[in-house]
Amino acid sequence: MKKSNLTIAVLSGKGGTGKTLVSVNFAAAAESAVYLDCDVEEPNGHFFFKPEITSEETVSAKIPLIDLDQCNGCRKCVDFCKFNALAFIKNKPVLFKDICHSCGGCVLFCPQKAISEEEKVVGKIQSGMSGQVCVHTGCLNTGEASGIPIIKELLKKSAAETTLPVFIDCPPGSACIVMESIKDADYCILVAEPTVFGVHNLKMVCDLVEVFHKPHGVILNKCLETENPAEEFCKEHHVHILDRIPFDSKLGTLNSNAKIAVRENDRYRELFSALLNTVIEEANHEAVADPQR
Amino acid sequence: MKQLLILSGKGGTGKTTVAGALIKLSQARAYADCDVDAPNLHLSMAQTGEAERLDYYGMPKAQIDAERCIGCGQCKENCRFDAIISNKGYTIDPFSCEGCGVCEAVCPVDAVSMHPAVAGEQMLYRAASSVFSTAQLKMGSGTSGKLVTEVKKRMLSSLLPETELAIIDGSPGIGCPVIASMSGVSMVLIVAEPSISGVSDMERILHTAEIFHTSTCVCVNKADVNYELTKQIERFCEEKQIPFVGTIPYDPQAVTAINNGKTIVEMDCPSGRAVREIYTETMRLLQVQAGGIEA
Amino acid sequence: MKIAIPMNEQSLDADVCPSFGRAPYFLFYNSVTEEAYYLDNAAVASQGGAGIRAAQVIADHGVKALLAPRCGENAAEVLSKAEVFVYHSIPGTARQNIEAHLNNQLPLINEFHAGFHGHEKK
Repeated sequence: MKKSNLTIAVLSGKGGTGKTLVSVNFAAAAESAVYLDCDVEEPNGHFFFKPEITSEETVSAKIPLIDLDQCNGCRKCVDFCKFNALAFIKNKPVLFKDICHSCGGCVLFCPQKAISEEEKVVGKIQSGMSGQVCVHTGCLNTGEASGIPIIKELLKKSAAETTLPVFIDCPPGSACIVMESIKDADYCILVAEPTVFGVHNLKMVCDLVEVFHKPHGVILNKCLETENPAEEFCKEHHVHILDRIPFDSKLGTLNSNAKIAVRENDRYRELFSALLNTVIEEANHEAVADPQR
Repeated sequence: MKQLLILSGKGGTGKTTVAGALIKLSQARAYADCDVDAPNLHLSMAQTGEAERLDYYGMPKAQIDAERCIGCGQCKENCRFDAIISNKGYTIDPFSCEGCGVCEAVCPVDAVSMHPAVAGEQMLYRAASSVFSTAQLKMGSGTSGKLVTEVKKRMLSSLLPETELAIIDGSPGIGCPVIASMSGVSMVLIVAEPSISGVSDMERILHTAEIFHTSTCVCVNKADVNYELTKQIERFCEEKQIPFVGTIPYDPQAVTAINNGKTIVEMDCPSGRAVREIYTETMRLLQVQAGGIEA
Repeated sequence: MKIAIPMNEQSLDADVCPSFGRAPYFLFYNSVTEEAYYLDNAAVASQGGAGIRAAQVIADHGVKALLAPRCGENAAEVLSKAEVFVYHSIPGTARQNIEAHLNNQLPLINEFHAGFHGHEKK
């Protein structure tokens, strides 16, 4: 499918650096855009957008369904499961749904073909509009094994979009779920705060985006007058700095009240629009530079 | 011995900043960083000696022996995690592989085998008056209650004599690593931030602690960013009869302290002064709890 | 009757381990013959589902009573289906707990905590 739009992922490594601030305000500044909240354990974007929900879909994973009449108690399924999701009690296998990783192994290897599969709901995606921004929020049910099935469904929305820019609000950290979130991104923005704590985590996400060969740049957020270890890190490691957002207590307060700065105040609209243009220019430049992508 | 765990729900509220300050003030003889995905405590707690390191093994990962592989593609067809790449032969994407073993079992020529995979590293620092246990997960690993449990176990099994207090810097979220860090803890101190997201996440972590019958208390960091929400949190605590132990103002000097590898109580600054009061009140609560008296 | 206790060390005079699923060893004690043996807990190596795996071992060894300070809900389900009773241990050694149990002094555990299963969090 020929795309004329950009898919931009916003990540950070450390929590609280401003991922949601940036991704939400960029989507609002672009006016017509798609916003995906991939922080499925603790999605926050919806507090800002307060979208009018137009649809809700559940996301499921497959879990085994054991036909106890066919089962001859050979225990192969229990012994195979690497996740300890099956126990063998009183000659019958017992499934622990929350632990099951949906690998399908027990189904494949039951000699009696006594295991089939059924769907288990692991979470949901809520979709709605906030102005001209199409908001998709992923929510993982508490206690579920993995948010990856939800991310996969969310990314189908971005794959289907060919004209509007897509902004992906990624989960914090650098675990597998973050990797899944950036798979389809054309460009990655790393949001950094000016503390040594932030730098330590910035390094991990830099490594992560490099492993996936994703063009990327850093936005230095909450910048103070004092030395900025994140800035030093970027300079030392030749990581492209997109721009700086100075520490601004008014912006902080707006954000704490879940207000979208771009929609509250012209000054912030200009700030984030200019910043977004910088990012788009850089992202397009990278795309041209590497035509294979 | 009492164990104090610092949690937040939302990331970035200042858990590690507060934990470091409390460790310095209490001179705790044992402390641990259970935020194994993004550990930061070591950046404020300068260590004199070398760490005793241990590899941490997560789920095993599959490997394909190219010489044996006949290119039938059975592995890829049956892999539920899109972890098998076919590009002039078949290879495993180690970041997607979940170690389920289906490919190994399905391969007709035994070309696939499962191998132990190092998913992180544990570090233990021993000093004359303290032990510090921490760990770092490798990028792309699945975070695990198991590693958190290991970090705590290592601290507990390396305790110096006469250790009365252990302080644990927890991880953000409400999931399994947080639950694992709660086991055996005397009290949880929640560092909340006055934002809509922060309040929502604080309520969820309080609920989680409640399920485990763990005593909790709450403080608000960067309280002046939003006084209304700070007040809201205070009222919420009063209603739920959760001790509210204090507030800390937003303080750019805190950033300076942290960036110089220090805790906020090692320089004279507003956040450092505020956290001392939180320390006093939290310690009082711990004593009361130990004495079995109503606070 | 066969009794099982999670242990940090292989000694009747060592303290009961605070964790069930991730205890390094299990003590199996036969109250009739007074014989004791220990097994390494294979569940220790598990990323997740340790309680289930540990409970499976207990069930497989024909245990009637498990004495432990706490127990997860998943392990509890395995144990209850396998008809193993779970009793609340007292702070102290294995020996002290066995004696207390044989004197009917230990209560049944009726509150189980949620699973610690380790999975991707963030």
